Amino acid sequence: MFDLTKIRADFPILSRKVNGHPLVYFDNAATSQTPTPVIEVITDYYTRLNANIHRGVHTLSQEATEAYEAARATVQHHFNAAQAHEIILTAGTTESINLIASGYTSLLTKNDDLLISALEHHSNIVPWQMLCERTGAQLKVIPMTEKGTLDMDAFTNLLSSKTALVFVNHVSNALGTVNPIEQIIRQAHEVGAEVLIDGAQACPHIKPDVQALDVDYYVTSAHKLCGPTGVGMLYGKEALLNKLPPYQGGGEMIATVTFEKTTYADLPHKFEAGTPNIAGGIAFGAALDYMNAIGFDQIAAYEAELLDYATKALKQIPGVRIYGEAEEKTAVLSFNVEGIHPYDIGSILDKMGIAVRTGHHCAQPIMDFYQIPGTVRASFSFYNTQEEIDRMVEALQKAILMLQ
Amino acid sequence: MESIAEKQQEIIEEFSLFEDWMQRYEHMIDLGKSLPLIAEEYKTEDNIIKGCQSKVWVHATLEGDQLVFTADSDAIITKGIIAILIRVFSHQHPKAILDADTDFIDQIGLKEHLSPTRANGLVSMIKQLKMYAVAYQTQLN
Repeated sequence: MFDLTKIRADFPILSRKVNGHPLVYFDNAATSQTPTPVIEVITDYYTRLNANIHRGVHTLSQEATEAYEAARATVQHHFNAAQAHEIILTAGTTESINLIASGYTSLLTKNDDLLISALEHHSNIVPWQMLCERTGAQLKVIPMTEKGTLDMDAFTNLLSSKTALVFVNHVSNALGTVNPIEQIIRQAHEVGAEVLIDGAQACPHIKPDVQALDVDYYVTSAHKLCGPTGVGMLYGKEALLNKLPPYQGGGEMIATVTFEKTTYADLPHKFEAGTPNIAGGIAFGAALDYMNAIGFDQIAAYEAELLDYATKALKQIPGVRIYGEAEEKTAVLSFNVEGIHPYDIGSILDKMGIAVRTGHHCAQPIMDFYQIPGTVRASFSFYNTQEEIDRMVEALQKAILMLQ
Repeated sequence: MESIAEKQQEIIEEFSLFEDWMQRYEHMIDLGKSLPLIAEEYKTEDNIIKGCQSKVWVHATLEGDQLVFTADSDAIITKGIIAILIRVFSHQHPKAILDADTDFIDQIGLKEHLSPTRANGLVSMIKQLKMYAVAYQTQLN
């Protein structure tokens, strides 16, 4: 049962005021807010459990290890990974991507092609450019259409026996487009390529099943889905992860160390050097539990209503252009008002207590495609309301009057 | 010629007449309209101030021993901010520009533009104006 009043009461930050107005938080695609049950898990960890994990024989260490590994199991079940050790807990999406990019340095040559999409976040562009510089592999880009979707015919034409890796986000952060990853994975596998899906923007709205997708690597961040910052995950198929060399050296990731030779620990520890973000990992599990208790189907259905409501309302305002008109998209509304810079709109909305994102959203190639400096992006979550959208529309109309 | 401190005081008094942020912003937008515009030929990549979400171009020339600034921006709030800064710093000796503090920004209720987020350009704008002052100070010596 989707009880909006009860849900909103779980998020203490939603009752704060900003610039004298009740906060309207529409920057969920940048980071989501944190519900009390997740905050309590973090407090409880430092109040009751705090110890280093995996090594201590004492009770605290054992309890903290159990809680951390239970969180890994929660992540595993949420994404339906076959095995818990296929889940690497990282600092977030960016680190997960860099871990893979680093690992492929010794596996690629100048005869390999890497495909990325035109809809990527900089974090899913730059590590691959750096990998290409190290290996001489060629980076090729799947182009986008005016509607903000991927040109799948062009994708098919780019694929060849030279294609080694394909990187696509599940959902575009700047536009909200849901990409056809099932088809991308299937076609990439047909030519023997491996696929990494960046799920940072998808996971707050969609529950991916990594086995059903048959995806090779899937990455995401906890802070986009009601968890804390500084923690995320890398799912990888066991055989592939075993093939990759370690990312960072240090404690935790070794089996034996002598000055002559070190042998590495098994998965997942091989990729988890040093003391991890223990409280963050445990809270990541709690955040998934929280969202699953509400239910991703319920969340997606409600957010679709919000998106539809907001899209219709914005289209009523003269001069508004919406970017990203894919048939399937998450609750992201990227727009501009004719003749007004997105920064100006964002500044005025903030004065009225409304948090939106302005700028290029770390996706400059998309802004270049539309030949705009950026957009205003309102991104909704299941704890937002239609009344809040009404307030944004009203504030936007005031801003337009001031700025035109 | 008024000193930097006198001009700052004048702006503080001007802004104190307004009761709310909306009037202050409207005034700032109006000030942007009176900004001495940079010549098109100087609207180059080199003259763009880094660190702003909107584009801000600034150019400086020396007239006698005084620095004169022109500028422009593609966002009108930013244009208002640079207009206020230029009103304070233009037609001043580079040394006076270097010595000046910028506390008046806080006093005219525009403090939020001082926060060190990446979106924000005010700090970068002040830094750039002072960089011009350093460069021309050396030339004068």
